Amino acid sequence: MNQEADHMNAMTGNWISLGALDDIPLRGARRVVRGDLAIAVFRTGDDSVRAIEDTCPHRKGPLSQGIVHGDCVTCPLHNWVISLETGVAQGADEGSVRTFRVRVGKSAEVLLCADDLDADVKCRA
Amino acid sequence: MKKRLVIIGNGMAPGRVLDELFEHAPDLYDVTIFNAEPRVNYDRIMLSPVLSGEKKYEEIIIHGDAWYVDHGVELLKGEKVVNIDRDAKTVTSENGVTAEYDKLIVATGSLPIVIPVPGHDLPGVLTYRDLDDVTAMLLAAKSGGKAVVIGGGLLGLEAAAGLKERGMDVTVLHLMPTLMERQLDAAAGHLLQSTLEARGIDIKTGANTAEILPQPNNKGVRAVRLEDGTEIDADLVVMAVGIRPNAQLAKDAGLKTNRGILVDPQMRTSDPDIYAVGECVEFDGKVYGLVAPLYQMAGVTARELMGDANDGFSDSALATKLKVTGVDLYSAGDFADGETREEIVLRDAANGVYKRLVLEDDKIVGVVLYGDTADGGWFFQQIKDGTDISGMRDTLIFGPAYAGGEALDPMAAVAALPDDAEICGCNGVCKGKIVGAISEKGLSSLDDVRAHTKASASCGTCTGLVEQLMSLTLGEAFDPDAVSPMCGCTDLSHDDVRRLIKAKELKTIPAVMQTLEWKSSCGCAKCRPALNYYLVCDWPDEYADDYQSRFINERAHANIQKDGTYSVVPRMWGGQTSSSELRAIADVVDKFNIPTVKVTGGQRIDMLGIKKEDLPAVWADLGKAGFVSGHAYAKGLRTVKTCVGTDWCRFGTQDSTGLGVRIEKFMWGSWTPAKVKMAVSGCPRNCAEATCKDVGVICVDSGYEIHFAGAAGLDIKGTEVLGLVKTETQALEHIVALVQMYREQGHYLERIYKWAKRIGYDEVRRQIMDDAEKRRAYFDRFVFSQKFAQVDPWSERVSGKDKHEFKPMATLSLQAAE
Repeated sequence: MNQEADHMNAMTGNWISLGALDDIPLRGARRVVRGDLAIAVFRTGDDSVRAIEDTCPHRKGPLSQGIVHGDCVTCPLHNWVISLETGVAQGADEGSVRTFRVRVGKSAEVLLCADDLDADVKCRA
Repeated sequence: MKKRLVIIGNGMAPGRVLDELFEHAPDLYDVTIFNAEPRVNYDRIMLSPVLSGEKKYEEIIIHGDAWYVDHGVELLKGEKVVNIDRDAKTVTSENGVTAEYDKLIVATGSLPIVIPVPGHDLPGVLTYRDLDDVTAMLLAAKSGGKAVVIGGGLLGLEAAAGLKERGMDVTVLHLMPTLMERQLDAAAGHLLQSTLEARGIDIKTGANTAEILPQPNNKGVRAVRLEDGTEIDADLVVMAVGIRPNAQLAKDAGLKTNRGILVDPQMRTSDPDIYAVGECVEFDGKVYGLVAPLYQMAGVTARELMGDANDGFSDSALATKLKVTGVDLYSAGDFADGETREEIVLRDAANGVYKRLVLEDDKIVGVVLYGDTADGGWFFQQIKDGTDISGMRDTLIFGPAYAGGEALDPMAAVAALPDDAEICGCNGVCKGKIVGAISEKGLSSLDDVRAHTKASASCGTCTGLVEQLMSLTLGEAFDPDAVSPMCGCTDLSHDDVRRLIKAKELKTIPAVMQTLEWKSSCGCAKCRPALNYYLVCDWPDEYADDYQSRFINERAHANIQKDGTYSVVPRMWGGQTSSSELRAIADVVDKFNIPTVKVTGGQRIDMLGIKKEDLPAVWADLGKAGFVSGHAYAKGLRTVKTCVGTDWCRFGTQDSTGLGVRIEKFMWGSWTPAKVKMAVSGCPRNCAEATCKDVGVICVDSGYEIHFAGAAGLDIKGTEVLGLVKTETQALEHIVALVQMYREQGHYLERIYKWAKRIGYDEVRRQIMDDAEKRRAYFDRFVFSQKFAQVDPWSERVSGKDKHEFKPMATLSLQAAE
């Protein structure tokens, strides 16, 4: 069993391709929409990808428009800092957003776990 | 009646006398100061950082003009005293100003030694002593070329490093075999030499200057010839071979002098009503040039003037630090070899560390540290205390963290210091005084402690120790980051970062973070936009703007609203518009179903509630009607508001609309630390409300009155007057220069009124109104920067730039998960 297959096994489920990794600017984000749901897909400085709900727990600001630093994003409306990994607000602020599994596939495409789309999970550590 | 105190000289020593006098007995004397230099009291120790560009003159002022006013001191600038009449008890200046005294302090300082070789009086031969010397060196360095520094002591090396930093090719000539031989042993001298050589400074030791050769027309220098015949090309020669006390005035007055003015331990000269302090003094056969003993003299003199008993001045061991960024060097005491002396040496060649302790009778008598000087103060304390080190000799060289088996925690070492341990060598401030001041006066910031105790207020190298003391005294309540750092990713302040970006020529965000040792991997939402702006401002042609470090408004070139939609404001030059423009706006509003249209405070039309996806199409339609971005979202030039001026108004004195349009067309597109809003009013009735803007113009019959530093937001503040100019073109030049000065000095997100208050309105006026050369240089730098900034971001995006910004990456069907 090669490593890639091993990797796939560890991440069972249905994966949807969102496009190429290079479509997301480094330390930036793109928006993915599905009905009323908006997801922010981030590419961090070390080239990993993260996906969280594109709605700040504070006043619903679009997190995809914020400044990405380390594994966090700062909301463009009122500077809340949200962890891209856990979706939890950092520092003194309290709140969290949904997270979605996302990864980079074999040909550098961004894959989103379809199973997470309908699961109403507030926070996935 | 108050007694009259007259002081001749306005250097650091008399400044300190007055500080102490006013602290304890503010009402005892009427004070008059004669200063041959045309300025206030500044920190001479910090001239080298000014030369190298790490500090500005304004930052090294000890007593600003206001201080003299506040304390009722009459400061006579540019008045050189030429006569002391001891019988009449008066002094008289060159210009004939006479003052009577009850007590007189002579503080005439020192003169640089000039080696009388042929050519020493040519233009282009400078000394290194005061701000005028630094100014002259900076002027010479502007045109680049070669500099020769004669003298490899403290001052010579600082001058050499500064000139190198300013872009000159520098050669240091030193008579002795190793550098700084009075403060360093040979080994450290060689280490220093190789460090400086690695920075590209050429060093010749054992070099005896024979002659300075002129240019053919005698208008400057061409080369320096050494005794062995070697010629070294030079456009500038700096003599930094030492100083001698300036005792002539005292001598002419019949006071006893030798090399310097002779004083007793109470700093009294041979005339009991006349004191002498500072570098002009000779005490017990010695003259002094370092700040610590001079401040000790000042303390004694102040006590004497108050009639307090005191121990008098005494000669003690001295410590020296070289102020060249990146070179850590410390020496104190006496480190000559001797039969009764032993030494402990630690060398770590790979890390460039050298430490040497000289011991005599189980006591430290001298210390030389190179590369790692953190323990210098502690060793110096052991020298002064005459501590018996036999019990900790094995670990002594590793400093207080190990000596005597103490804990490794640096705080423990500071906590263990006795109350009389000296923390600030420059100002002679001990631990007890600092701790006492913190608790008694409830001080909580470093600036407060500096203001009250003077600790770390001169050369600043003991800042870390002072902070540790604050932390010890205040516990959790002390936050060393409270004042300055730009964010949690660094300990450096905005000023530090801006200075180092220039000094170290840092031209990318990663380079800044690497070189300045950022604590986070890629910064945060506070520092990244700031750094991006500083780099855009400082390197307009070389730096590639990092959009991911900009706030969304500047990335999307529109203003994000509370619901995630955007607002769009097209530019209307000077607030003027036309039927075709209005028609185009109306069409766009209809076509894109824009819910709200609003007239802004800056005389523009704002369209609110536009979906991000629609932005490029909105801009495309607006572009066809001739609109460009109004930058209503930018930390940059926003709007120039105008009234109709002489075009229509019966009161108008000038073409205010025309000037507003001209300013806006000249300056649009420029990035600034925070938003810049301007206005031009055609008469003092001020219909354009120019007097609460960042920059405003009030037209009058005789020209254009330029205003700045107003605010009408979180704070409300009327403008300050910059000055009156005659023509529109002059008005434009002054405004542009002012904004460029702000661009270069402002902290990110700091509006003009805060910046101007911080650096002083007079300073802005001095640089923009009074100094034509400086103004022109600011203007030229702005014009250069505009070459790269004046690109309409909307049309760029209409043609496809940053497409990704405006569309979703993917739109998933609701069935996707199945």
